Amino acid sequence: MVERTRLFDILTQIVLIIGLVILFTPIYIVFVAASHDFKTVNMIPMPMLPSGHLWENLTKSWQQAGFSHVMITSLIVASGVAIGKVVLSAMSAFSIVYFRYRLRLIFFWLIFITLMLPLEVRIVPTYAVAANALSPVQGVIDFIASYIPQVSIQLPEWNLLNSYEGLILPLIATATGTFLYRQFFLTIPEELAEAAKMDGAGALRFFFDILMPLSKTNMAALATIMFVWAWNQYLWPILIVTDQAHYATAAMQLGKVVPGPSFGEPPVWNTAMAATLITMMPPLVVVILMQRWFVRGLVATEK
Amino acid sequence: MEKRVTFSNYWLAGLFIAPQLFLVFTFFYWPTGQALYWSLTLEPPFGGGNQFVGLQNFMAVFGDAHYWDSVIRSLVFALGTTAISVGFATVLALFADRGLFGHSIFKFAYFLPYAVPAAAVGLAFRFTFTPDAGIFGAVNHIIPGLWDPSRNGGQALFMIMLGQAWKMAGYNFVFLLAGLQSVPRSMIEAAAMDGAGVFRRMRDMQMPMITPTFFFLFVINITDSFVDSFGMIDVMTRGGPSRATELMVYKIYLDGFEAKDYSLAAAQSMLLMLLIMVMTIFQFRYVERRVHYN
Repeated sequence: MVERTRLFDILTQIVLIIGLVILFTPIYIVFVAASHDFKTVNMIPMPMLPSGHLWENLTKSWQQAGFSHVMITSLIVASGVAIGKVVLSAMSAFSIVYFRYRLRLIFFWLIFITLMLPLEVRIVPTYAVAANALSPVQGVIDFIASYIPQVSIQLPEWNLLNSYEGLILPLIATATGTFLYRQFFLTIPEELAEAAKMDGAGALRFFFDILMPLSKTNMAALATIMFVWAWNQYLWPILIVTDQAHYATAAMQLGKVVPGPSFGEPPVWNTAMAATLITMMPPLVVVILMQRWFVRGLVATEK
Repeated sequence: MEKRVTFSNYWLAGLFIAPQLFLVFTFFYWPTGQALYWSLTLEPPFGGGNQFVGLQNFMAVFGDAHYWDSVIRSLVFALGTTAISVGFATVLALFADRGLFGHSIFKFAYFLPYAVPAAAVGLAFRFTFTPDAGIFGAVNHIIPGLWDPSRNGGQALFMIMLGQAWKMAGYNFVFLLAGLQSVPRSMIEAAAMDGAGVFRRMRDMQMPMITPTFFFLFVINITDSFVDSFGMIDVMTRGGPSRATELMVYKIYLDGFEAKDYSLAAAQSMLLMLLIMVMTIFQFRYVERRVHYN
């Protein structure tokens, strides 16, 4: 920095520390509330130092909200989205960048436009598709068949409600990753592809042996972002999952641990906060471990 | 930009892009088309196919006072959270940009709230601001009945705004700091030599120079406040008290899935899509023309 006056340096540190305190207070409150017993957590104001009931509350809410099962579901969904996204977007970006066919630009724009409209904005129709994921294809076939009756085919139904596919696939259908890979592929020197071709490598060989190893950083960034994003999804899971016993995710359980004063009982905040703590831990840990890639990916995708 | 060296195996090209196109078609284009269709038709009460009704559904939406309430509320919510969040993050970024001891720890820590699920943010803030326990409820001991978001709609909306602003602050910080660090040092040093003090430089040099970042964050924050607020609202207030926190996405959810009025929900979806698309296009156009400093 330009000048170093002691007074201003102190002011800087004070401002930054206040910021830190503000940003950490909510997480700290969750932690402290989860460590109190029922009586202490309902005191006004709640004592701001943790007491010793954390483990007790954690195990209690773990059992109540069925976290053993729910966490695994969330893990499957979040990993599924991360892996699916990494694989599919690498493939589609490769097709767009390294081949020159007439529909290429149209395909690019078709995928790119999806960046604009998040799933939450179009939940109602997307939900209707989920009852039979092949209905759009069937619609196209029926349309063609109304002119050329020979192509009339009846596809089987593919119901996505209460299934991992239903939780995963609609979340993959966005352009974030494709765009990230495209930008990256464009920065790769032409000589690489040229040399590969000269040595007789085909497109597949080039993709797997040269392009993919170069994309490791990209993959890590994209996978981290997508994992956290999918883990935190709330609206789509509560729509698509009606079979709570088998397919509930961790984030959607939080909608149910809300302690309501239904029968005149005071709300059970300590176990609710324990559940909050459990649910926020995995994405936090992932971000702490993968922070470098996460931030880089965010800046690259401008997501 | 185009590659000079390309491959010519077009079957492979098609095969590679097909899965993504299938997903985008199935879960994006078809549903969006369907929403358009529903928004222009009505399902007759005694069965049979949908009937074309023109803009009747849109008229119904526009004629609904609750809809306009939800639009205004969403805008207040969006602008309010963006102002709080970006403002807070700007202060932190300006100071963190000085690069003093420990700033890499701050950089790391500020970002963490962004990773917390919206539903968890909602529960944390609901507890903190619950009137009969928690932390903020203590004000009711001093002035009884002062704070009660379960009755006072304005307080409920404010509580959710704080949650959303808190979640986005770290994200905004990352982008603002990146923006500030791309401002050339030589320029700042020159201004310092000309006698501009720290605050003067912040106000008249650094902030104007990262206008594109501000603009980008403005659009992202507004979109995110429309989209990601759902989890928070559902966990904190369920749109209440008496619709005071019913934002656009939440109203679409209620109309579509609780009241099962697909046509009405679809018309609202189309309007929201239009709004977000206009904003995004605006942003792309602006970003294309943005000034490059280096």
